[in-house]
Amino acid sequence: MTKADIVNLVFEKVGLPKNDCQDIVESVFDTIKHTLIEGESIKVSGFGTFNVRKKGSRVGRNPKTKQEVEITPRRVVTFKASDHLKAAIEKM
Amino acid sequence: MTRSVLIEKVTEKVEGLTKKQVETIINTVFEGMKEALAKGEKIEIRGFGNFRLKIREGKTARNPKTGEKVQVPPKRAIHFKVGKPFHDALNRAEN
Repeated sequence: MTKADIVNLVFEKVGLPKNDCQDIVESVFDTIKHTLIEGESIKVSGFGTFNVRKKGSRVGRNPKTKQEVEITPRRVVTFKASDHLKAAIEKM
Repeated sequence: MTRSVLIEKVTEKVEGLTKKQVETIINTVFEGMKEALAKGEKIEIRGFGNFRLKIREGKTARNPKTGEKVQVPPKRAIHFKVGKPFHDALNRAEN
């Protein structure tokens, strides 16, 4: 499934012009993104939670050359599926 | 932020739609994504990230306390990988 498939689902459901559907879907993911960039987590009930975690610096190794490199401190996004979503994927 | 705040924010951003309409759209988006994952499909959202299923095989494990054998059933887990532009934006804002 790609963003275009999601746009199609919305288009079939609400019958708005396709361009509008595209803008709205874009806006949904944009809003989620910006909220996370600001460091706030997002909970979508029935789907899951997106969190931002800070990771400190650590030493990594290039597995090919075995050379040690410093992995810089960074922020990562984690996603935790809700129980509802977990149940849906176990049923398949 | 919760689903209801997300609905409010998106309603402010896009013009000419009621909160009710935006609610229907957002529910359609997440319901659609859930169904795709339930079918075993992978989801790719450019600029945001990918969702895919990780299949964990069942195995025989041991209770470390009693040494008793226990059967661990196979599991499906969802893995989210953040997209490169999003990851970069997260870390640019930080510095």
